[in-house]
Amino acid sequence: MKIRFVIVLVLLIFSLLTCNFAFAETTASNQGDVPWWIWPLILFIATFILGILAVLGGVGGGVLFVPIIGGFFPFNMDFVRGAGLFVALAGALAAGPGLLKRGFADLRLAIPLALIASASSIVGAMIGLALPSNVVNTSLGLTILMIVAIMLLAKKSEYPEVKKADALSQALRINGIYNEISTGKEIEWKIHRTPQALFLFIAIGIMAGMFGLGAGWANVPVLNLLMGAPLKVSVATSKFLLSITDTSAAWIYLNNGAVIPMIVVPSIIGIMLGSVVGVRILAKAKPKVVRYIVIGMLLFAGLRALLKGLAIWK
Amino acid sequence: MTADKNIKEEQIAYAKWLDWGMKIGLILLILTFIVYLIGILSPQIPISELPKYWKMKAHDYLVSAGIHPGWAWLNLITKGDFLNFVPIAFLGAVTVLCYIRILPIFLKKKDFAYFVFALIECLILILAASGLLQAGGH
Repeated sequence: MKIRFVIVLVLLIFSLLTCNFAFAETTASNQGDVPWWIWPLILFIATFILGILAVLGGVGGGVLFVPIIGGFFPFNMDFVRGAGLFVALAGALAAGPGLLKRGFADLRLAIPLALIASASSIVGAMIGLALPSNVVNTSLGLTILMIVAIMLLAKKSEYPEVKKADALSQALRINGIYNEISTGKEIEWKIHRTPQALFLFIAIGIMAGMFGLGAGWANVPVLNLLMGAPLKVSVATSKFLLSITDTSAAWIYLNNGAVIPMIVVPSIIGIMLGSVVGVRILAKAKPKVVRYIVIGMLLFAGLRALLKGLAIWK
Repeated sequence: MTADKNIKEEQIAYAKWLDWGMKIGLILLILTFIVYLIGILSPQIPISELPKYWKMKAHDYLVSAGIHPGWAWLNLITKGDFLNFVPIAFLGAVTVLCYIRILPIFLKKKDFAYFVFALIECLILILAASGLLQAGGH
């Protein structure tokens, strides 16, 4: 039953994408053939489905949004990345209060990392908007394929062992306690390798701004595997971090004309409604199966962006 | 939702402002989009012409549609499409407001390192929002 549901969902999204191909051809030859409202409507349906899959697959909306919408819709990548940043930003803003109040996301951990990442994301956004579309698509395709590799290979550690907190994190008093609801225990945590992580967040910020992806796929491994924050704290702090990192990049896109409300608003509403439905389905679905479907979609979208950038698959 | 006793004052304050900011932003976003869709205010760019513009690079779109970059959209908020920029910009401003909220808390606690971090973050976000940073067109 559950597998059947997932298959129907995947078929639906791919049939939509196939429809888009047909429409894209028509629009390219004669714009008058496709009523203007078709695209926002398909965009809304597609982002609604992406919102469901993002929750079930355990990824951020932005990382699915940019390659899939950029690859299969007639919008210029500038507008897709601008919308992608606002999609990721809206999701992070919505999740942030709950994560902070429950103590899963940690403000003291996030603030120094956000400072580096948000400054870098401005640089990334300016580079991204200045680059020609084929370069953006090629590098986006390569980045997505790298994300697929990270998702397949990166291990996760529920409670990484941190023998001694590093000097910087001690000086900044970055540590915490949170209540693990599943066990009813209080988990104390501290971190190490803070300077190395700060350095990596420069690259994460640049990529987030350049591609409008959000950056949960990179934040979580750095927080969890490198710095040694518990997995729950890593995932929650990563989600909260996006609300800061993506804000600075989103402003650059907004101020440079890369935001069209007819693209941004249906995307935000679609993905947020999808996320709400996704959370309800989560209790019944098999996350592992969905995760592989999401990885498959990313692989396909990444190859599409790469081949589009190289002018092999226009 | 009750906050955990282990959670610091600034984190709770930040979360509260974030919660309100997000709710206000999202409600405004939906309302202004409805105004745009049902045509209560006429748009600056006719909706039927959008497919022509959304294929262009952002820089070319601005030039072609005769729109100025930066905060020039404020002059157009009586138009249905540009009215949507109000909640979009508000969502972009929520994080700055939250940071401004926690500045006095860090100062009160004499947590000068985090006060400086938060202050620099505010300045970075305000710089990004200022419109001073223009990306080149291709």
